Amino acid sequence: MRSVSIIGVGCTRFGERWDSSLRDMIAEAGVMAIEDAEITGEQIDALYVGNMSGGRFIEQEHIGALIADCAGLSRLHVPSTRVEAACASGGLALRQAVLAVASGYCDIVIAAGVEKMTDVSSGTAADALAAAADREWECFFGATFPALYAMMAKMHMRRYGTTHEQMAQVAVKNHHHACMNPIAQYQMEIDIEDVDRSSIVADPLHVLDCSPISDGAAVVVLAPSDIARQFSDTPIKIVGCAQASDTLALHDRRDLTTLDATVHAGRAAFRQAGIEPRQVDVAEVHDCFTIAEILAIEDLGFVEKGQGGRATEEGLTALDGEIAVNTSGGLKACGHPVGATGIKQAYEIALQLRGEAGRRQVEEVEIGLAHNVGGSGGTALVHIFMR
Amino acid sequence: MVSGIVSYGVYIPRFRIRADEIARVWGDGDDISQSLRVFEKSVPDLDEDAVTIAVEAARNALDRANVDTKRIGAIYAGSESHPYAVKPTGTIVGQAVGTSSSFTTADFEFACKAGTAAIQACLGLVTSDMIDLGLAIGADVSQGAPGDMLEYTAAAGGAAYVIGKKDLAAEIEGFYSFTTDTPDFWRREGMPYPEHSGRFTGEPAYFKHVTSAARGLMESMRTRADDYDYAVFHQPNGKFPVRVAKMLGFSKSQIEPGLIVPMIGNTYSASCLIGLAATLDIARPGDRIFVTSFGSGAGSDAFSIRVLDKIEDIRCNAPSVRDYIGDAQYLDYAMYAKHKGKLRI
Repeated sequence: MRSVSIIGVGCTRFGERWDSSLRDMIAEAGVMAIEDAEITGEQIDALYVGNMSGGRFIEQEHIGALIADCAGLSRLHVPSTRVEAACASGGLALRQAVLAVASGYCDIVIAAGVEKMTDVSSGTAADALAAAADREWECFFGATFPALYAMMAKMHMRRYGTTHEQMAQVAVKNHHHACMNPIAQYQMEIDIEDVDRSSIVADPLHVLDCSPISDGAAVVVLAPSDIARQFSDTPIKIVGCAQASDTLALHDRRDLTTLDATVHAGRAAFRQAGIEPRQVDVAEVHDCFTIAEILAIEDLGFVEKGQGGRATEEGLTALDGEIAVNTSGGLKACGHPVGATGIKQAYEIALQLRGEAGRRQVEEVEIGLAHNVGGSGGTALVHIFMR
Repeated sequence: MVSGIVSYGVYIPRFRIRADEIARVWGDGDDISQSLRVFEKSVPDLDEDAVTIAVEAARNALDRANVDTKRIGAIYAGSESHPYAVKPTGTIVGQAVGTSSSFTTADFEFACKAGTAAIQACLGLVTSDMIDLGLAIGADVSQGAPGDMLEYTAAAGGAAYVIGKKDLAAEIEGFYSFTTDTPDFWRREGMPYPEHSGRFTGEPAYFKHVTSAARGLMESMRTRADDYDYAVFHQPNGKFPVRVAKMLGFSKSQIEPGLIVPMIGNTYSASCLIGLAATLDIARPGDRIFVTSFGSGAGSDAFSIRVLDKIEDIRCNAPSVRDYIGDAQYLDYAMYAKHKGKLRI
């Protein structure tokens, strides 16, 4: 297996991109990444794109061929593959691209993620997202995503004494980070009272506990590490790349307060990287709801099970904390165009490791991690990055 | 010679339904009226439609300045709820108010801004001396599907403006329009209720068009927000006009007299024209009023208006907006549903 590095990155502004189509956004992010890597179309061996539901959101499938076409690569007949694992589609695209380079089949590979979600009503969007849960055994009985995560939150609160204030602190922190990120959807500070005062979506989750509906695209360019310096002065090595599955439905899980897929993917990735969880300096974790970030930092081993709420409250995961979590603003405040999120996480970690994260730059970063979840935990991907 | 407003008149049906009553039926939160800043809305009587409302408003406008109806050379009625798909509203209004047969008419539709477009058409004919007086009307009995958010705001009302060159109560100093193809809200032929694209109706539709038209007018006239005593913006709910006023540099006190949506809802083609009438009801000679409409689809017309001495002579000759707002009779949802023809027998 060959070592793989990121040699170029690009990401659009996330948000309600009324004036941009899926094509516009993938082209925008793609051009940024290709220019960053200083490569030409002829050098690209393959493309992988994460996209959850083009069919439901913009009535467009066949996103693989579409992005190759948008990139001007259709006449070069470069293979292009769309992958889907709900909200983990982006992370999965990154993993497929890593495998393609690591195996030696390809050299220069594009990993992209894109989602255009705001062309449909919020009801239609919610229903498209609900397809990531178990349609027959969860959705048909009235469960929505906020409801599923609310159940996890309730159980966590009962078992470990986690409070809503601790969950709200995740949103407060991530909004604070987003204020320093020019591509973030919500560049505004909030406080715990704002979260408490916002409408209840599914008790105990309020609107400001939830990630938004967003448009956006992100692209990274991969190459074998041994030639990466030909393209970039600051290549970022991918030293861990793991994926795990779990039951589709929440009620079939071993434990409602643990995402076993995260635990398994995390362990495998740390083993590959040869590091311990607490050695991570900066992490992008899947905070689709505030409780999800608390679960993630526990399941990845940053803190003991049950201590995620308290650790957040004490500032462990703040920008100047021991492990800076979601410096981009996370899904909560940077935005969550579902297919793009996993790639945006890699983009943010690459910027941090390159020292190019501007006002939100974490000092002395050596090791970064990206954690992307599909559904309520049916799929999880963990990637570990080093300078 | 300048053109402008010879007279104005409004009509708002007496019936109201409270937002809380609608929320009770649909199980929506009791904070919905607060979040929309619309607390009640007007409801037409069983036999009222856009035509009867247009006629009432036109009669009030003609009575207010004692206008000789034979001088009217054009009637343009704007509505998105003309009762007939084929057969003009303008002909019925003309006959009802007693014009001669020597006038031109056609019905206008541009979602919520057909009324201001009608004023512009009249201004053209009047300023070019092709007609003596024009009658521009915005009137609607707007529709909101049961359970849709529109049901909290879609109201009924009308405003009529007599446009001319002589005996002006207010001069229209200039106007500026901003129009694009933006599908934020629509109702197809034969469909009983409009559809809309949620949050898309805000930023890329209402705010973009209102601010573009308003800024365009202020740039072309070299005026600023503080050159005006009052401002009126289209009022789809109670939040948008307040926010857009702030974006453009207008204060709360400038928009307060014309902000009528919390009490009567969104009267669509009449919305900012009733707001303008409420402002004319209290304005003094010399005051300047800034008005910007918005119609989905989408476009905005911005007007700069200067109030003249004549306003004092005509003001009290017809009911004011506050007279209509104060005369309210409340319906429960069942009676509202009957009034609005939501019950199909």
